[in-house]
Amino acid sequence: MAEESITRDAPAPPARRDDRPLVKRMATHRRTQKAAPYLSTIGLFVLWEGIVRLFDVPTYILPTPSESFVAVWEYRDAIWMHAAQTLYTTLAGFAIAVVFGVLLGALVGSSRAIYDAVNPLLIGFNSIPKVAVVPILVMWFGIGSVPAILTAFLISFFPIVVNVATGLATLEPELRDVLRSLGATRRDILVKVGFPRALPYFFASLKVAITLAFVGSVLAETVASNLGVGYLMMSASSKFNMPLVFAGLMVIAAMGIAMYEVCNRIERRSTKWAHRGDQ
Amino acid sequence: MSGFIELDRVRLRYQEGDELALEQTSLEVAEGEFVAVVGPSGCGKSSLMKLVTGLLPPSEGNITVAGQDVSGPISIVGMAFQASTLLPWRTTLQNVMLPLEIVQPHRSQLRRHRAAYEEKARALLAEVGLSGFEDKYPWELSGGMQQRANLCRALIHEPKLLMLDEPFGALDAFTREELWDTLQALWMQHGFTVILVTHDLREAVYLADTVYVMSKRPGRILERRHNPLPRPRTQETSFTSQFVDLVHELRDKIKDVRAADG
Ligand SMILES: Nc1ncnc2c1ncn2[C@@H]1O[C@H](COP(=O)(O)OP(=O)(O)OP(=O)(O)O)[C@@H](O)[C@H]1O
Ligand SMILES: [Mg+2]
Repeated sequence: MAEESITRDAPAPPARRDDRPLVKRMATHRRTQKAAPYLSTIGLFVLWEGIVRLFDVPTYILPTPSESFVAVWEYRDAIWMHAAQTLYTTLAGFAIAVVFGVLLGALVGSSRAIYDAVNPLLIGFNSIPKVAVVPILVMWFGIGSVPAILTAFLISFFPIVVNVATGLATLEPELRDVLRSLGATRRDILVKVGFPRALPYFFASLKVAITLAFVGSVLAETVASNLGVGYLMMSASSKFNMPLVFAGLMVIAAMGIAMYEVCNRIERRSTKWAHRGDQ
Repeated sequence: MSGFIELDRVRLRYQEGDELALEQTSLEVAEGEFVAVVGPSGCGKSSLMKLVTGLLPPSEGNITVAGQDVSGPISIVGMAFQASTLLPWRTTLQNVMLPLEIVQPHRSQLRRHRAAYEEKARALLAEVGLSGFEDKYPWELSGGMQQRANLCRALIHEPKLLMLDEPFGALDAFTREELWDTLQALWMQHGFTVILVTHDLREAVYLADTVYVMSKRPGRILERRHNPLPRPRTQETSFTSQFVDLVHELRDKIKDVRAADG
């Protein structure tokens, strides 16, 4: 389960024959690697623009990216306000998920009995589509930020729990024997080995959790809010303003990528030893 | 009996209904003795280690170490396994000092006497030829160096008993033989008691005062062989006829054990 959420770097593309000195080749290689995501994004937009124009797709079905960018600029004040709201609910939900996820993960990962007791509940809970939960949250808390925060939290804590628990539970038996023979208590083992070991798992799960948190908050906003990018898109689509809907999508994607990158940076910095060899 | 380690008719069954893992095992080790245990795979050598260190209670029989009944983990022991299990987020020095953060009385003195303890760890690392590598991470060390550091970690809290479960099994032949000398030197210097589990009969004869041969599962001690070769043993020793004969005798014995039915 943990494996899926631990992202690995993509393998380097196969080297072509090249007679330049190795250092130079490596520098070029690195530059291409840096540029790759930008190139692919631009490529996607160009392709999209071309297809829409070529087949003359009407704007109310699929606007071109350029129309969407124009909409971003045109509605920048509204988008700014709604995006700030979405970022706020997402980060709030994510923060709760981190605290709760670490605590529950530590509990589940450090005791077999708790694991057995809690695991089916967790899996069952995670299988519930969170769309179904939003109306309940609205009944309890009304329209506004709270359902969005809670949905973001509910949808994003699961990978954190699973990863922290896995990191704690997968202790080599030999190492456990060495420590136990020294008279280490369970708490010693947890502090000296469990938590440091679980750290890379934890940071890897943050990357997954933050993108899920966006899904949750936007989902709740479309149903139960009059603020946020989700709400903005709903109201735009009811007015058949498709460029604005797509502008909203792009803003969410951009925020998702930015937050993912932040988590990625934090991960790389705090657990260097887990990335040994692939600098 | 009055050995440092005594096993008195010990039996071990992992689960109700399972075949015995150890059958009627009796054993006596003197303080400071170097013992090797050899036997076919699955005969219960690792189980024996767990019993002696108190990680596992025997199903029947008695175990005493240093005059005390073993009823739980005993902290006068240091252990090392085939996998070095060094922690990748700690430097070599920090890895070696790990037991000091756990075992009393070091645990409560560590903060106050940090410098002295660090000095001791450095000295131990120097003894196994690892000076200059204190601040490297384990994954920056070769397999042989990792096992040297692993030995240091097992010895830093000055245990009276060192338990080694195939510690050199994953190393190439040259590195392994270098480590025999390292281990022998440590043992001669510090005088702890050693129980070494190994598959390598030359290793057993090179290092041990006494070699025990175990039967197939359910494991029993079939033979206790005294090894009188003088110390320190060197590469030269391993070419003497006495050495070679002993290895051959043990090999024949193991062959018989493996061939025997039941
Ligand atoms: N935790 C366990 N639960 C049940 N059976 C076990 C357990 N550990 C070991 N056994 C069984 O007990 C027997 C002895 O195992 P042990 O690991 O002590 O053998 P060994 O002599 O160390 O083998 P090897 O040389 O391959 O390391 C084996 O047949 C094994 O299947
Ligand atoms: Mg074994």
